[in-house]
Amino acid sequence: MSVKILSDKCLGCKLCMKSCPFNAIEIKDGKAVLNDNCTGCGACETSCKFKAIEVEKVEKPVKDLSAYKGVWVFAEQRNGKLMGTAFELLGEGRKLADKLGVELSALLLGSNVAGLTDELIHHGADRVILADHPELKLYTTDGYTKVITELVNSKKPEIILIGATNIGRDLGPRIAARLDTGLTADCTKLEIDDEQKILLQTRPAFGGNIMATIITPKHRPQMSTVRPGVMKKMVPDSNRKGIVEKVEVKLEKKDIRTIVKEVVKSAKQAVNLIDADIIVSGGRGLGGPDGFKLVEELAKELGGVVGSSRAAVDSGWISQDHQVGQTGKTVRPKIYVACGISGAIQHLAGMQGSDCIIAVNKNPDAPIFDVADYGIVGDLHKVIPMMVEEVKKVKEA
Amino acid sequence: MKIIVCIKQVPDTNEVKLDPKTGTLIRDGVPSIINHDDMNALEGALELKDRYKDVEITLLTMGPPQADVALREALAMGADRAILVSDRAFAGADTWATSNTLTAAIKKIGSFDMIFCGRQAIDGDTAQVGPQVAEKLDLPQVTYVQKIEVTGDKVTVQRALEDGYEVIEVKMPCVLTTIKELNTPRYASVKGIFEAYREKTVENWTAKDIEIDPEIIGLNGSPTNVRKTFTPEPKGKGTMLPGCDKDTVCDLFGRLKEKYII
Repeated sequence: MSVKILSDKCLGCKLCMKSCPFNAIEIKDGKAVLNDNCTGCGACETSCKFKAIEVEKVEKPVKDLSAYKGVWVFAEQRNGKLMGTAFELLGEGRKLADKLGVELSALLLGSNVAGLTDELIHHGADRVILADHPELKLYTTDGYTKVITELVNSKKPEIILIGATNIGRDLGPRIAARLDTGLTADCTKLEIDDEQKILLQTRPAFGGNIMATIITPKHRPQMSTVRPGVMKKMVPDSNRKGIVEKVEVKLEKKDIRTIVKEVVKSAKQAVNLIDADIIVSGGRGLGGPDGFKLVEELAKELGGVVGSSRAAVDSGWISQDHQVGQTGKTVRPKIYVACGISGAIQHLAGMQGSDCIIAVNKNPDAPIFDVADYGIVGDLHKVIPMMVEEVKKVKEA
Repeated sequence: MKIIVCIKQVPDTNEVKLDPKTGTLIRDGVPSIINHDDMNALEGALELKDRYKDVEITLLTMGPPQADVALREALAMGADRAILVSDRAFAGADTWATSNTLTAAIKKIGSFDMIFCGRQAIDGDTAQVGPQVAEKLDLPQVTYVQKIEVTGDKVTVQRALEDGYEVIEVKMPCVLTTIKELNTPRYASVKGIFEAYREKTVENWTAKDIEIDPEIIGLNGSPTNVRKTFTPEPKGKGTMLPGCDKDTVCDLFGRLKEKYII
């Protein structure tokens, strides 16, 4: 695509400037002109009320996409146990498949994992494609990519959803590159376009500062990764019936170029932010690692876990597994207490789905107050201990 | 040992603010930095250079002409060679098209033993380009690397998982994507800065130089397209509680109880 501004029609009204996500339009001598930032995305086209913006779309020969049917979900398992993200993707995949009127399949790879198929069907799968092979016991990029791309090439699904775990984010791009198709990372919303029946993939962009809806118009399958905790699981129905299709796996040791020598569980308890009902988070306003002691105390009294902003992690006050936000975890607890967090947009992107947000900050203009249900302007070093006392009182009552 | 380090110049998204009136991004004055994870990739390569003889580090970036600054900064830290692949034709590329460009540039560089990339860039957060470069070069990859040890042509790394890590062995040539836990990037020395600007050069390559098919680069070559962008809608403004003393906190908990939140 290329964008042209017709200077004879342009009135210099500046409307297009606001529509541009790349700051690529400037006004010179009363006319809009494009600068080097222009990516030709065409977002400005509809903003012009005077038809002064022309977007030339290059039409390429369209591949036959109609051969691709059905929605697939990668059912990630580790150690013979399904990850929560598998069920979340099935919940979302179910909606997409119903809207399209097609089958929802769970793609299960592993060794001796046939016992997991019922659970997948109960959570919404019409079919489980089961690839069971000793070499698939542990995840390897090469092994999983080979098996999945071969299945995709023979069965041709139109949509594939993968959980954005450390494994899913290793696997997804590799598969997409081998299949020469698009992949949209970390989607927070998935919909089907009513007319074109294509997948609309919405994700935060630019560090969560803007949202972008991405499409994959001319390639199949349409692939997305979805962050754990974003989509909702279905209530499992043990009466649901489905098909288990065991596929033949052609895989040899030499196909896999990495050797997993050891899998080490972290000695420290992993922070489970995603499943927590209550999160107390701290940010730069804590003033140092000691500030987290206050946050921990409040979290402990409330029966919650400790979260943090990126600023606090970058300052080395707390480890990265506590981080909430666009580069950290997406959470939606019942209560989210933000202490000394100003509310950078990339942080808000990860927590604004919380049911009740309480913010404590000494700056009354902090953006965190724009998303908070309750705000207290004041010194958190005073307010948090008072909150701890109050929680104790509530518990005693 | 020859190491290619792929870096990206990014806007510091922590510093981006919204215009409260129009709801659009204020991009003016947002500083450009070398992407965080890429700094760890570079430091990882520099540590190998400190430890072993004959390590040569080539920096590679795709970006606008201003990315020269990022390359100079990385040269000042101790890299040997820097290549900026820059062309209007690359603009608007998604990860698939970006990895095509980087792959073509790496093929032109020719020989290498390892390619280091940061896990992901803070402006896109996709973590896709590293693995896609690996796929297009038909190389093994290890992502989320937090520790690297080299013995001969064998590389043993720790790959971070959500609840621990894996120890993975891979042979060169390979692609590694690195995370913050790997190291603490060094500062450039005064001598390094001097050399980066006075003695070292940044090579500029265009689409023509890397002999790439125009159909697979930039916005036109990208399988994914942006249909629309919008600012996330702020949730309705909540209640600001007056004061900041015991009564305020009492008030807060009263309201929470009233709504059965606690």
